[in-house]
Amino acid sequence: MSTTKKPLLEVRDLKQHFPITSGSLLQRQVGAIRAVDGISFDVYPGETLGIVGESGCGKSTTVRSISQLYKPTSGSVIFNGIDLVKADQRTMLKARRDIQMIFQDPYASLDPRMTVRSIIAEPLVIYNSRRLLETPLSSLDIERKVEDLMERVGLNKAFKNRYPHEFSGGQRQRIGIARALALNPKIILADEPVSALDVSIQSQILNLLGDLQKEFGLTYIFIAHDLAVIQHISTRVAVMYLGKIVEISEAVQLYDNPLHPYTTALLSAAPIPDPKVERERQRIILTGDVPSPDKERNGCYFYDRCPKRMPWCSCHLPPMLDIDPKHQVACWLYDKEDHSNVTMEEALADAAKPKT
Amino acid sequence: MSLNPNAKVVLEVKDLKTYFKTDAGIVKAVDGVSFTVREGETIGIVGESGSGKSVTNLSVMRLIPSPPGKIVGGEVLFEGEDILKLTEKEMREIRGNKISMIFQDPMTSLNPFLKISTQMVETIRLHEKHVTKQEALKRSIEMLKLVGIPSAEKRIQSYPHQFSGGMRQRVMIAMALSCNAQVLVADEPTTALDVTIQAQILELIDKLSTKMGTAVILITHDLGVVAGMCDQVCVMYAGRVVEKALTEDLYARPSHPYTEGLIKSVPRMDTTKKGNRLFSIEGQPPNVIDLPPCCPFHPRCIKAMEVCRHAYPPIKDLGNGHEVACWLYADEATKAKALAEANVEEKAT
Ligand SMILES: Nc1ncnc2c1ncn2[C@@H]1O[C@H](COP(=O)(O)OP(=O)(O)OP(=O)(O)O)[C@@H](O)[C@H]1O
Ligand SMILES: Nc1ncnc2c1ncn2[C@@H]1O[C@H](COP(=O)(O)OP(=O)(O)O)[C@@H](O)[C@H]1O
Ligand code: SF4
Ligand code: SF4
Ligand SMILES: [Mg+2]
Ligand SMILES: [Mg+2]
Repeated sequence: MSTTKKPLLEVRDLKQHFPITSGSLLQRQVGAIRAVDGISFDVYPGETLGIVGESGCGKSTTVRSISQLYKPTSGSVIFNGIDLVKADQRTMLKARRDIQMIFQDPYASLDPRMTVRSIIAEPLVIYNSRRLLETPLSSLDIERKVEDLMERVGLNKAFKNRYPHEFSGGQRQRIGIARALALNPKIILADEPVSALDVSIQSQILNLLGDLQKEFGLTYIFIAHDLAVIQHISTRVAVMYLGKIVEISEAVQLYDNPLHPYTTALLSAAPIPDPKVERERQRIILTGDVPSPDKERNGCYFYDRCPKRMPWCSCHLPPMLDIDPKHQVACWLYDKEDHSNVTMEEALADAAKPKT
Repeated sequence: MSLNPNAKVVLEVKDLKTYFKTDAGIVKAVDGVSFTVREGETIGIVGESGSGKSVTNLSVMRLIPSPPGKIVGGEVLFEGEDILKLTEKEMREIRGNKISMIFQDPMTSLNPFLKISTQMVETIRLHEKHVTKQEALKRSIEMLKLVGIPSAEKRIQSYPHQFSGGMRQRVMIAMALSCNAQVLVADEPTTALDVTIQAQILELIDKLSTKMGTAVILITHDLGVVAGMCDQVCVMYAGRVVEKALTEDLYARPSHPYTEGLIKSVPRMDTTKKGNRLFSIEGQPPNVIDLPPCCPFHPRCIKAMEVCRHAYPPIKDLGNGHEVACWLYADEATKAKALAEANVEEKAT
């Protein structure tokens, strides 16, 4: 099983805070959006780690920090033994060859003024000119590589001189995938690659990504807000809420036995395309909105909306608890100690005690 | 959630056609769409982007930008009267009052410069002129509470941008509630929202239809949402309804190859075997500009026959109101005749 292998990517206590500045001329920092607020996980070679969670919970920021598109505020991202957060520019660039991204919006993520050929070839051209490839490529090599890639992702290579606007959403996503494959990466960070696509096109792209994974032994981090898509594609799943991972587990186990009250609510809210099933389902309808991620809390981040909250949770941040080696959850319900009888006064008194 | 044939028909769309004149040619965005909605009933409209869902409903609201758009045929009967024949002034009495609408992005229908309170009060008073401002404000606050806006008395004085997407969507529903609309047209009302917020909003819409008897037209591309919400479904493809059935029948016996493929191609949380390839409909939806007579699905259809390439399939009633537009359900004589006619026409041009 994956746990016996060595991880390809180790993320430790990763934080990405964005400063909120006051409107005045001095641009004083008045606070911070804690977009990613101390997350840790491993990714093993050949697996797909799915990330789910509501809008704004920090999914995109997580993968952007991993790929160093954003410089993380703190924490480490160890890829193949190198900490990308501390690495110098050249080491980072070399390592980044193996880490590629696919984006959600196939309209915005491709440069409209570039032909398909130059979009797909661009990473090759850049790495080639900076002499970061093992064997330098001639322009003929690059041309051939572009054609191979186009064929592999199901694009007609006769279209290589066309521009992105001449393609449909699904085709543009194929262009993005071909570009991501150009440098033979080890891991692909896919940020909602099918969310903007029609149902009938979604399954084409999901199948393509599955085929490519088998063929090239790729590892994926795959973001989606569609829980059925995540279940279909993932080996393991991390559930995020307000910048934190609240539960992480093997996919099968997470869907069969969700533990965190947020995961349970999320799974119960996801519609299932079968009227018989839908009409008999009991939904957990959460109240309230996702709070804004601009303050640090000393209690559980899900407290305001949690149907199972206890007074204890309001002032104690739940740590990641091991249910078993493959399943971790951040919720006081699963603590060895029982907190259900603690009153609010007792909880607050305990929280006020100086930490030892 | 079943159809009641005795319930009053509120809205009847008959052979609606809406075209757009563009530089590239005539876009037949909606080309002969028909459906009926009764009191307390929810009808779903599903289809790929560009299949004509929004144009259908904008036509019902008479909100098609013209030019370039034009309703070129058909009828929209609201309580028996063809609203396509009303003057714009008469239409304004109906729009937002008897027929109200929620859009995918509520920002487009809320005025960003006016407080929520002002907008809600104005909507109520536009249609019920005898209501005082105080009364209207009181009713608005009640409606906001009903849709779950916390501390509604205070929050009603906010501007739209101070609300989250889910809250803005709830404001739109509150407005629909406050004017007692007979028909609610909801165009992808939850597409921009998270699943937990989506569940809240859908529950509200469901309440509106069961408690107040509002007829709901729900446009969505999510087959899961349809399964849970709708009594009846229209599947649209390239501007036409290709299949129409009670929700149970549609999922149990999808009869159009497109519907069948669509249902098979979504991963399902309850049954999916991980790692298996998904069923997928190859190819892309057609461009609806200058589409020749044919089944618009034929380039992607695994069951396509010669006749499908030359003539539009007739609508066949499979019983229980289950209609399908596909040549698979036509008899040999009809197919032969259509093929012969098409041959003659194609030779002539
Ligand atoms: N460059 C930035 N500057 C300031 N705040 C940011 C920036 N990028 C993201 N944020 C904030 O960080 C939080 C997390 O954003 P992120 O884009 O990671 O969310 P997400 O989980 O990907 O959401 P979605 O599902 O909507 O894509 C949000 O509150 C967002 O507004
Ligand atoms: N204002 C417009 N001008 C030209 N074409 C339009 C306009 N509005 C919609 N269309 C076209 O009509 C067709 C149906 O669009 P629409 O109803 O919005 O699709 P959807 O099913 O995604 O809601 C599309 O081909 C679209 O490009
Ligand atoms: S720690 Fe408490 S508030 Fe947080 S999810 Fe668990 S039960 Fe709910
Ligand atoms: S009419 Fe022909 S092409 Fe169209 S869906 Fe039926 S079988 Fe397929
Ligand atoms: Mg994102
Ligand atoms: Mg639309």
